[in-house]
Amino acid sequence: MRARAASLLLLGAVLAGGPASAIVDPREMLPDPAQEARAREIGRELRCLVCQNQSIDDSNAGLARDLRRIVRERVAAGDTNEQVIAFITERYGDYVRLTPPLKASTIALWASPVVALAAGLFAVAAFYRRRRALVPPPELTEEERARLARLQAE
Amino acid sequence: MTRRQLMFALPAAATLAAAGGFYAMLSGMRRGSFDPRGVPSALIGRPVPSFELGPLPNWNKPGLSSRDILEAASLRPVLVNFWASWCVPCLVEHPQLMKLAAEGVPVFGINYHTGTQTDPGATAWLRRHGDPFARIGIDLTGRVAVDWGVYGVPETYVIDRRGIIRWRMAGPITPEIDAEQLRPLLRSLA
Amino acid sequence: MIPELGHFALVLALLLAGVQSILPLVGAAQGERRGALLMATGPSAAIGQMLFVALSFFCLMWSYAVSDFSVANVYQNSHSLKPMLYKLTGTWGNHEGSMVLWVLILALCSGAVAGFGQNLPATLRARVLAVLGMIAFGFLLFTLLTSNPFERIWPVPEDGRDLNPLLQDPGLAFHPPFLYLGYVGTAVAFAFACAALIEGRVDAAWGRWVRPWTLAAWCALTLGIGLGSWWAYYELGWGGFWFWDPVENASLMPWLLATALLHSAIVVEKREALKVWTILLAILTFSLSLLGTFLVRSGVLNSVHAFANDPKRGVFILMLLAVAVGGSLILFAWRAPALEPKGLFAPISREGSLVLNNLLLATSCAVVFVGTLYPLFADLLFGAKITVGPPFFNATVFPLFVPLLVAMGVGPLLPWKRADLWAALARLKLAALVVLAFAVVWIAAVDRRLLPALGFALALWLVLAAATDFADRVRLGRVPLAESFARARGLPRGIVGGIVAHAAVGICLAGIAGKGIAPERITLMRPGDVTTVGPHTLRFDGKADIVGPNWRGTEGRLTLLRDGREVAVLTPERRFYPVQRMSTTEASIRTSGLADLYAVIGETSEDGATVVRLHWNPLAPWIWVGTVLMALGGLISLSDRRLRVGAPARRRREALAPLAAAE
Repeated sequence: MRARAASLLLLGAVLAGGPASAIVDPREMLPDPAQEARAREIGRELRCLVCQNQSIDDSNAGLARDLRRIVRERVAAGDTNEQVIAFITERYGDYVRLTPPLKASTIALWASPVVALAAGLFAVAAFYRRRRALVPPPELTEEERARLARLQAE
Repeated sequence: MTRRQLMFALPAAATLAAAGGFYAMLSGMRRGSFDPRGVPSALIGRPVPSFELGPLPNWNKPGLSSRDILEAASLRPVLVNFWASWCVPCLVEHPQLMKLAAEGVPVFGINYHTGTQTDPGATAWLRRHGDPFARIGIDLTGRVAVDWGVYGVPETYVIDRRGIIRWRMAGPITPEIDAEQLRPLLRSLA
Repeated sequence: MIPELGHFALVLALLLAGVQSILPLVGAAQGERRGALLMATGPSAAIGQMLFVALSFFCLMWSYAVSDFSVANVYQNSHSLKPMLYKLTGTWGNHEGSMVLWVLILALCSGAVAGFGQNLPATLRARVLAVLGMIAFGFLLFTLLTSNPFERIWPVPEDGRDLNPLLQDPGLAFHPPFLYLGYVGTAVAFAFACAALIEGRVDAAWGRWVRPWTLAAWCALTLGIGLGSWWAYYELGWGGFWFWDPVENASLMPWLLATALLHSAIVVEKREALKVWTILLAILTFSLSLLGTFLVRSGVLNSVHAFANDPKRGVFILMLLAVAVGGSLILFAWRAPALEPKGLFAPISREGSLVLNNLLLATSCAVVFVGTLYPLFADLLFGAKITVGPPFFNATVFPLFVPLLVAMGVGPLLPWKRADLWAALARLKLAALVVLAFAVVWIAAVDRRLLPALGFALALWLVLAAATDFADRVRLGRVPLAESFARARGLPRGIVGGIVAHAAVGICLAGIAGKGIAPERITLMRPGDVTTVGPHTLRFDGKADIVGPNWRGTEGRLTLLRDGREVAVLTPERRFYPVQRMSTTEASIRTSGLADLYAVIGETSEDGATVVRLHWNPLAPWIWVGTVLMALGGLISLSDRRLRVGAPARRRREALAPLAAAE
C-alpha cells in the first residue's frame, strides 16, 4: 500500500478520476465576456477541494465544474466578486480560498513579509552602523607623506 | 548570556522549536488527531440548509426536504448521508448504515451527482445491497451538495434535536468510527 | 544475485561513510603533521563510498532494465511493456529508488571533493569530508532501514504495476537527477561552513574555495527547477508553469538562498566581511534542501508531488534533520561569534549592492518559507485549515523582486569599496532611456496591462544593463575595435559568466511577462471548423483513434493555415493507460522560437462537437532558454581558472589584503 502511494508523483485532477487536463467547457461560459472574465478571475481564487493545490479554473473534476457553474450563476445574478467568494466560503470554509482571508489566525502570515523585510533592513543598518565605528585611519597629508618617504629612505 | 550570544543562538533555537512542531504533526498523524488532507466542515454548529429534493425514480421511497429532516430530528438525532452507486467507500460503510437504520436511527439519503457524473445504477445498487434510508432525495444538479459543503462521497452528517449540524464524516463510516465516534455522539444528543 | 549485490554494496558504503565521518575529523584535530595519516583516510573512504553507492545504484537500474519483478520495488513501479528509457528512469521515480539516487549524488560530491579538492589545506578538506560522511551515514542508514529498494518478493509476479503515466515522459524523467544534483550539491557548501566553524577560521581563501562548489550546485538546481517547470507547461494542459505548490517552493527556497550565497561569498573573498552571514547562509541552504526532503516524504504536506505518506519514515528524516540542521546551528551559535570581519566598505559600493541582493533574496525566501509552512502550523496550533495559494505568493514575492531586478542592473557597474552612485547611473543613462521609451510605447500602443509591461521593461533593463557592463569593460567605442576584442577575450570568465547569467534572467523574465498577455481561445469545433488565436488560424480536422506501447487514446488534428495554405498540423492527444487506469492529456505545441502555439482537446459531445483549447504564448520559449542560459552563465564562471588554480595558499602574513585581480 505504501509503495503504491509512493509512485504517486503527479498533479491534480487526475486523482479525481476525471480526464487529466483542465478544459473549461465553452458551453459553461457566460455570454457576456466581461462577466465571463470576472467568473474566470473568481475561479482562479477558489481551490478545487478534490485536487491538490489547483484552482477550480484549472481542474476538470466534477466538483470543480459544479463550482464553476455556481460562480457563473451568481455573477450573472449580479453578485460582486467578494459576494461570490463569500457564498462559496460559507459552505466550504476558508480552506477553499487560495488567498487566505485576513483574520486573527492569519495575521502572522500577512505580516510576515513586512516583518521579514523590516528585520532585514534593521540588520543591514545595524551592520553598517557597527562598521562605521571602526573608523579607517585618516589619510596622510602631503607633508606626512613626504616625511614617511624620507624615513623609509633611511 | 550576552545579547550577542543570544542572537547567535536564535537560529538553532528556532530550528529545534520547528522540529518539535513537526514531530507533533507526525505523532498527530499516527494518532489521527492531525490530518493534513482532511477538510473540516464549515457547517458544524449551523442549521440544516433548506432544500427540497424529489424522490429516486422507480424506487418506492419518498423524496427528502429540510423540513422532513427537522421534523424527524425533533424526536431524536438523525443522520444525513450523501452517497452514490459508483462510490466504492459507500459500499464499505453500507453495513453500518443498515445496522443504524435497523436500530431505529433515521438515516436520510441524498443521491449525489456532480457536473460529470450521473447515477443511473442507484436503484440497482439499493436493490442489491439493501436500502437503509427513511427517505431519499435525488440531487441531480449537485447544488444541494454544494450547499452542504460536500466535496466527495460518502459524507455523513449528524443533526441534533434543534436541527443543528453537529458532526460530519467525510469518508466511509467504518465499524471503528461507528463505535468510537458516532454511537457515543448519538447517545449524548438523544 | 544482482539485487543482493546492490544491497551489500549499500551496506559497505554505509560502513565507509562511518569511517569517513570519524577518522579524518580526528586527524584534523591532531594537526597537519601528526594527523596526516588519519586525514588521508578521508579521500580514500569517500572514493570507496562513491564506488559502492554507484554499484548499488547500477544494480537497481539493472533490475529495472531487465524487468526483474522479484524485486519488490521494480514490481511496484515498472511494467514489461514500458519503453526502455522509462524503465531506466523509473529507477528514481519512486521513494526508495530516489533515495538511492540521493545518496549516490551525495557520494559523488564526497568523491569530487576528494578528487578535485587537492588545492584545499589538508585539515579543511578532512573536515569537509567528515561532515559529508556524517550526512551520508545518516541517509544511507535511513535508506537501508526504512526504504530498502532491494527487497524481494516471492512468488515472482507475472508483470509489474507500471509506472504512473505522467512520469513516462522525457522532461519529468530527467528532472530528479538535476534537481538532486542541486539539492544535494548544496551539502558541500554546508560542509565547508561546518568545517570552517570547527576550524574557527573564515577568510578570503575560504570564500574562494566554497564558490565553485556552490556554483555547480546552483547550475544544477537552476536546470532542475527549469526542467520541472517546462514539464508542467507541456504536460498539464493549460500552459501554466509555476503553481507555488509546496514542493515547488521546497526547491525554490534553496535556490534563492544559493543565489544569495554565491554573491555573499564574493564579499567574503574580497573583503573578508559578511563572514558570519555567509556561513549561516551556507548552513541554511542545505537545511532547506533537507526540509524539502522531509516535507515531501513524511506525509505532512498536502501536495501532488508528495511521495509516500509514512509517518514512521517521517520521524526518521525528522531526526536526521534535527541532528544535521540543529547540530550545525548549535556549532554556529558556539563558534561564529569569534569570527571578526576585517574589511570595510561603504553602503553604496559593489559590496553594498551584494548586501542588498542578499537582503532581498533572503527576504523572498523567508516569505515563501512562511507561506509554505503556515497552513501546517496553523492547523497544528489553531486547528485552522487555510490555504496559501498563488495569489498570496504573487502578491508578496513580486514586490520584493522588482527592486532586486532594478538593482541587478546597477550593481555590477559599481566599483568596490566605495562608489559614486550617480557616476554609475550616468553610464546606464542610455539603457534607462531606452527602457523608459519602450515602456511608454508599449503601454500606449500595444497593451495596457501594467504588470506584463513592467515585466518586459525590467527584462529589457536587465539585458541592456548587462550589455552596458560588457561594453564598459571592453571600452567599446572608446578604444579601437581590435582592442575591444582583445579585452573581451581577456575578460575573466567569472565576469563573463555573471554578465551572461544576469542577461539570461532578463530573457527568462521576458518569457514570463509574455505569458501575461497570451491570448487564448476555448471553443467547440466540428471537423472543418476554423478558428483563430493570436495571429494564427487553425482548422479542426477531426479525431482519430491511436495506440501506444502501453496506452490507447484519441488524437485530434488541427491544421495551421497561413494565407490559405496548410503550414503545419498539431496533434493533441488524450491517452488512457489501462494498467494504472489513468488518463492523461498530451498538449501539442508548435514553437517558432519566439512564441508557442499550444493546443489541447477535450471531450466530444454527442452532437460531434469537440472542446478545443488554444493558446498563443508569445516569448514562452524564452522562459526555458533563459533558464538554460542562466545555468550556462554559471558554467562559464565555473570554468574560470582562478577558481581552481588561483586559490591562494593561505599566507603567513595575513595582514596583507588578498591580491584580487583588478576588476
